[in-house]
Amino acid sequence: MPDESLIQLNDINRTFTLGDSQVHALRHVDLTITRGEYIAVMGPSGSGKSTLLNLVGLLDRADAGTYKLEGRDVTTLNSDEQARVRSERIGFIFQSFHLVPRLTAAANIELPLTLAGMPASERAKRVSQALKEYGLTDRAQHRPNELSGGQRQRVAIARATILRPAVLLADEPTGNLDRVTGEEVVRLLESLNAQGMTLIVVTHDQALGARARRQIRMEDGGVVSDVTNTPNPAAT
Amino acid sequence: MLLADSTRFALQAITSHRMRSFLTLLGIAVGIAAVILLTSIGEGVHRFVLAEFTQFGTNVIGVAPGKVKTGGQPPTGIPTTARLLTMEDAESLKQLPHVTGSTPTVWGNSEVEGNGRLRRTTIYGVDADFTRVFSSKVRIGSFLPREGAGSSRAFVVLGSKLRNELFGTANPLGARVRIGGLHFRVIGVMAPKGQFLGIDLDDTAFIPAQRALELYNREGLMEIHVMYAEGASSATVAKAVKSRLTLRHGHEDFTVTTQEDMLKTLSNILNILTMAVGALGGISLLVGAVGIVTIMTISVTERTNEIGLLVALGARRSTVLGLFLSESIILAALGGMLGLLLGVGLAQLISLLIPTFPVHTPWSFAVGALLMSAVIGLLAGVLPARSAAHLDPIEALRAE
Repeated sequence: MPDESLIQLNDINRTFTLGDSQVHALRHVDLTITRGEYIAVMGPSGSGKSTLLNLVGLLDRADAGTYKLEGRDVTTLNSDEQARVRSERIGFIFQSFHLVPRLTAAANIELPLTLAGMPASERAKRVSQALKEYGLTDRAQHRPNELSGGQRQRVAIARATILRPAVLLADEPTGNLDRVTGEEVVRLLESLNAQGMTLIVVTHDQALGARARRQIRMEDGGVVSDVTNTPNPAAT
Repeated sequence: MLLADSTRFALQAITSHRMRSFLTLLGIAVGIAAVILLTSIGEGVHRFVLAEFTQFGTNVIGVAPGKVKTGGQPPTGIPTTARLLTMEDAESLKQLPHVTGSTPTVWGNSEVEGNGRLRRTTIYGVDADFTRVFSSKVRIGSFLPREGAGSSRAFVVLGSKLRNELFGTANPLGARVRIGGLHFRVIGVMAPKGQFLGIDLDDTAFIPAQRALELYNREGLMEIHVMYAEGASSATVAKAVKSRLTLRHGHEDFTVTTQEDMLKTLSNILNILTMAVGALGGISLLVGAVGIVTIMTISVTERTNEIGLLVALGARRSTVLGLFLSESIILAALGGMLGLLLGVGLAQLISLLIPTFPVHTPWSFAVGALLMSAVIGLLAGVLPARSAAHLDPIEALRAE
């Protein structure tokens, strides 16, 4: 069913040159991800999982192979077209939140809309909607340094999802959070996934990885295991 | 991204580092203020000098004996083979179309004795048209009468300073004075005219040109000044003067200088002066621009993370470039505005404290300074903004 496949990676290779040596960050990766999946990408440092995430997020280009997003070959797009795809179809969540320190929570959430050139009245509507959905209304005018870690990551998630992307890419989303707030953030992400958003989480955390329905394990730039669990009612 | 949004974004970035941004824009402000102040002084001097020269009226043409050739005009006093300019020449020029007056001019330096006192002063031999040609005014009595050549009576009109020196407050009208070996009767006193390039215009005596030729034992005039109607083209009148005199002399052995030409040359020289002092101020502006480059480079390095984020959120490279460019342009333009206020303020302060000091700030300079500061911001921002736009987003996001 080609209609259902959201992301299709065919024989992707990515090599970095570090000094004299060549590092194969990704070798011959084939991967098909369908709409609405919940995927955890795991593996040791340097296994290529971050590179994979960057590549799917169009921050990086493959040296060889093809990448189709929603049936469209995005490997050949120029950088402006890729920026448009990032803006409209991809949401990023980072370990260190990456909020702009001088902007308020509301302005941080608004940023993708501003960059997309949306008129201010439409932006204000969407931002207040998002603030309400993520329970941040009373924090709207606070700057990131006045927010707790969990609130910061909620702002980041609200920012990543405000343009309703097709896929949410999270790189160690709980890495800078304590257990309880980490748990909250994961539940938030999972609820987004339950609403149909494709979620790809890169993590070291075995417990976090175990919650995903599909677990991809990487080593030395290749996929070593790709397991899809049957839905586990105990995980909720 | 909408222009208003990128402007706001840049402004937020600037205000988030108040002190640093202020110091940076102060650099530009000092530069702009220096340029404005120096060019204001230059322009003030320009106007002052032009006013000095135009106080006699601008529609005057001078005719001097001898043709200016590559070798230049022979200095007065050295004997030349040039044909003399005569009283009759001056008289004939009065008949030309558009010409409203012409005065023969002979001048020299003589002792003037009157009321028992003696003073060495400048004597001008002119005729009745002099007051009109040089826009001078008579205070008491009258100026030299209009008389036919050869029949001019021995009258003298005193400059106001000469009158004070010789007669004090006494009425000089009708008094007899001796100039050189000749005797004259005072018929008028000029209104004070002040100084012109250091020459006291009031320490003078005016006698008929015919008498001056006699007094100084000259056969020809030193110069003829022709005044023409306001609005007539100086070139046309100069041409008419030239052809009339060429007809009388057989060939062109005289030099015609319009005041318009003279003023144009003078104005050009003064413009160069203004530009030169402006360039001196430009040096400090350059230093300010370097300050902007420095601070923008630091800013790009500090905000590497943010740049990576913007790219991840779908910002195009041109958007990132635009954001940092507008930041440096706004910084420079704010500096420019501050500098404008500073410069104009200082210029006003100077003219307030020292009213005789010529300072003038034309609005075109102010607008030019603002535009210039924006252009400087643009140029200073190009390098840092380009490096921001070309950051690798992955590296940028990873940077701590």
